Amino acid sequence: MLNFVLLIFIYIGIYAIASLGLNLIVGYTGLLSLCQAGFLAIGAYTTAVLMTACHMGFWESMIISGFLASLFGILIGIPTLRLKGDYLAIATLGFGEIVKNVILNWDSVTKGPMGINGIPGPSIFGTTLSSMDKPEWIVIIWVGVVVTYYFIRRIVRSRIGRALEAIREDEIAASSMGINTAKYKIGAFTTGAFLAGIAGSFFAAFNQSVAPLTFDFMMSIMILCMAVLGGLGNSFATIIGTIIIVLASELPRLLGISHIIPPQLNQILFGFILVLIMIYRPQGIIGRIKLNYAKIVKEEIFDLEK
Amino acid sequence: MNLFNIPSNELLQHLINGLTLGAIYSLIALGYTMVYGILKFINFAHGEILMAGTYAGYYFYFFLYDPSKGATYTIGIFIAALLIAMTASALLGVIIEKFAYKPLRKAPRLAPLLSAIGVSIILANLAALFFGTKSKKFEYPFDNSSMQIGGSSITPNQLMILAVGLIMMAGLKLFVDRSRLGKAMRATSQNQPVAALMGINVNLIISLTFAIGSALAAVAGVLMALEYKVYPTMGTMAGLKAFIAAVVGGIGNVNGAMLGGIILGLLETFGVVILGIPQGLKDTIAFTVLILILLLRPSGILMKNIREKV
Repeated sequence: MLNFVLLIFIYIGIYAIASLGLNLIVGYTGLLSLCQAGFLAIGAYTTAVLMTACHMGFWESMIISGFLASLFGILIGIPTLRLKGDYLAIATLGFGEIVKNVILNWDSVTKGPMGINGIPGPSIFGTTLSSMDKPEWIVIIWVGVVVTYYFIRRIVRSRIGRALEAIREDEIAASSMGINTAKYKIGAFTTGAFLAGIAGSFFAAFNQSVAPLTFDFMMSIMILCMAVLGGLGNSFATIIGTIIIVLASELPRLLGISHIIPPQLNQILFGFILVLIMIYRPQGIIGRIKLNYAKIVKEEIFDLEK
Repeated sequence: MNLFNIPSNELLQHLINGLTLGAIYSLIALGYTMVYGILKFINFAHGEILMAGTYAGYYFYFFLYDPSKGATYTIGIFIAALLIAMTASALLGVIIEKFAYKPLRKAPRLAPLLSAIGVSIILANLAALFFGTKSKKFEYPFDNSSMQIGGSSITPNQLMILAVGLIMMAGLKLFVDRSRLGKAMRATSQNQPVAALMGINVNLIISLTFAIGSALAAVAGVLMALEYKVYPTMGTMAGLKAFIAAVVGGIGNVNGAMLGGIILGLLETFGVVILGIPQGLKDTIAFTVLILILLLRPSGILMKNIREKV
């Protein structure tokens, strides 16, 4: 039981890194990306191949995984980000499918549908972690989550973040204010992909195996639901959303009723979350924290008057 | 003729295969394009509406199917099943529009898109829950043994797909171009508020658009099901590719959807033959086409490049 709770915390951490990345793309910049699972797959498989075939360590592999995923982020971003959101959604969906298909068919490297097994754990302070060392894993992954959280917080509270939000609100107005929209959009997309790559790397090393069908379209949707449920454009809310979604999808197993509940119910739930949240509470359950300019100005004036 | 070193009889064969595939894509693409033309939004659930209609038709056909009652009876219930599939899809399309899209008409662009994705997931999983994930065979209403024409073999079903596709598209073209409702539809897509001022019931036109688009998708679904069976995710990939077809032709343009479907069908068939792309990566062709068309001619083949205005 305790073991299972720890496992859930690990998964929440892994998904939180990916959903924080997606929130930067969807929530802050307003681009709908449906291939977060594809980037996760790239990260996971890069780590798997580097650690098993090339005998590299985990930490180097993780960094390479992140950068490779972001490289693909640039590759898919450049042709599509010049376009409106709807096209991007389809193009990213297609990209996710292509990644899955390539992994399934590129037998010599990815071992096709069998996946890669026997991925060694990361070594830290001279000891190699296995999947059994759950407390250590929680520490490592949640350090990752905290770093990601502050990293994104620094981005969105800077000039870059304001540019991203301006693009989300009105792209034409943003570009007429001198914001290089293509640059910022590709930047956001690439950063989100990088984080998904890192999450994928953790995923591979923790599970010690990767299989292509894990990274399907439903995984992208699940990650999207995390950001949407918590509140688009709010990192803290995204983490809350991640916790709720992971708990909701693991709860039947936790209660020991997973054999009664068909797996489709979970996905139907995700579907309803998307529809109902969009109609009744588009800002998510937590909502978006907005800088209150009126208050700032008032306080400034108040200061001056004093 | 020895284009790309393919014998001419095989060339004809691939041409026919490509055209039948293209006809199916075109039928589905019309739904995307009509909805986009009016609401400027991609109905992500279109593929699942197709699937639901096909299931309705399938069950009707399945329960009444009885080979001992002769060919006329079988063809009769097949046509009835087709009509039932069309009605079911049309109703579902209209209902979905009322509940999941209409409240979001004035919301930011992202909202209806996410809502549509939600609807598509709900439908696909409900189907898996109620009908099972196993694919079901849709029996041919006629003897489907292939005929030899010019050294290539053509099945009656392929001929039927081409014929039905042609009839449906010609019918739609006539409806949109000649009828009063078609005119109202075109007016609504050009300028909604002004169309409303001219006394057009915009909500009715939107519902009608969803109904027609969904019914056409159901036709494509039943035709597809004869070749590839019925299963809960049958609409997903077909829907995506049809969407790509709509983009290739120029989304929002009815002629473009038909042309785009045919082009994509031919590209997919010949891509496998000429470029030697393995079957497992066949789906990659369509997405590569999408990215290329977005790069080179984002407004599609038949559309003029219109700059977005504030």
